[in-house]
Amino acid sequence: MKKQNYIADAWLVILLSLLFGGGLAGVQASLKPRIDANKLGDTLSQIPALVPGSTRGEKADAGEAVVYKALDAAGATTGWVIPASGQGFADRLELLIGLDATGGRITGLYVLDQKETPGLGDNITAKAWRDQYAGKATDKPIVVRKTKPEAPNEIQAITGATISSDSVTAIANAAVAKFRTDLAGGGIH
Amino acid sequence: MSNDGPTPLERFVQGIIPENPVLRQVLGICPTLAVTNTMEGAMTMTGAVLFVLACANVLISLIRGMLKPHLRILVFTLTIAAFVTVADRLLAAFMYDMSKQLGPYIPLIIVNCIIIARCEICAAKQGVWTAFSDAVGQSLGFGLALGCIATVREVLGFGTWFGKWLGWHVIPASIPTDVWSPWVIMVLPPGAFLTLGLLLGATNWMTARTKKA
Repeated sequence: MKKQNYIADAWLVILLSLLFGGGLAGVQASLKPRIDANKLGDTLSQIPALVPGSTRGEKADAGEAVVYKALDAAGATTGWVIPASGQGFADRLELLIGLDATGGRITGLYVLDQKETPGLGDNITAKAWRDQYAGKATDKPIVVRKTKPEAPNEIQAITGATISSDSVTAIANAAVAKFRTDLAGGGIH
Repeated sequence: MSNDGPTPLERFVQGIIPENPVLRQVLGICPTLAVTNTMEGAMTMTGAVLFVLACANVLISLIRGMLKPHLRILVFTLTIAAFVTVADRLLAAFMYDMSKQLGPYIPLIIVNCIIIARCEICAAKQGVWTAFSDAVGQSLGFGLALGCIATVREVLGFGTWFGKWLGWHVIPASIPTDVWSPWVIMVLPPGAFLTLGLLLGATNWMTARTKKA
């Protein structure tokens, strides 16, 4: 049998991979501003639902971090909305977390982007599940339970989607802890 | 080369009814079941599949002379994945709401068997025009099947048709709920299985009748 040269055999695959890789990088680079603008619009439109009493939001001055300030009709600060992201079960999760003006209580949670398993993990976007986060105090991290929550800082996982539930909670806990440190340190206006 | 295999027109016509990808070949059932609770979802999915299938078929047809038999599936998958990613990014940029509604089903076009089947059956063997018209025909057939299922599900499940884009109320919203209320089951996954099953049954029944006549 003739000895095969694997690299020579695969030249088309290698060439296509490089071409597609370059092409996709170009597509991503050219569309990113538009996609980011869509996400920003989505973020701002969610603020009234995430922070009760607010009618609009604006970007807050928070140094390196991105934080949105929720404002009521008179322009007073009613709370904060922090974007947070991290690894989910399938892909990156992007969340928005609403907090009250002192950062002491979570007022709402919204899933901006997810690619979790359809029918199981994607239930993290369901309002009934997300609403479990509303009203939680932020001095203790939130704990996910597989059964009915008993302590005030516990929420119930989605059946069949423990990793997705854990991921959302871990991302939210980390983001809230960081925000509280920043807010206490006077870094957010 | 142009003498072997069906002509572009034959490929186009066959994709719509005689070799309908969903109703006859029973391929691409995952999106068929998953995104057909509204017409908007069904039509956006059809558009994305049309884009991916047309691009992949044309490209595969252009490079068909260079394909190594044992590496061809790898090349198909690579090509399809690249175009699906482009479609996903385009939807996120220009149709953000639909992109959110369809979520993971757009990236899942990569594993839609219709596309790899067309690459293997048509594009890897025939010229660019045949491959292109095959892609358009198969996509229209896919869209027709999705549209049929979505029409049944959206009308019975929401009482609307293209409710979000055009706001058409097929069943007037003023009808009292004790006379008719939306069938929630049609919006949920069982509605998709029921509708697809009945539609496949109807297709088979019509085929049997045509053969007898």
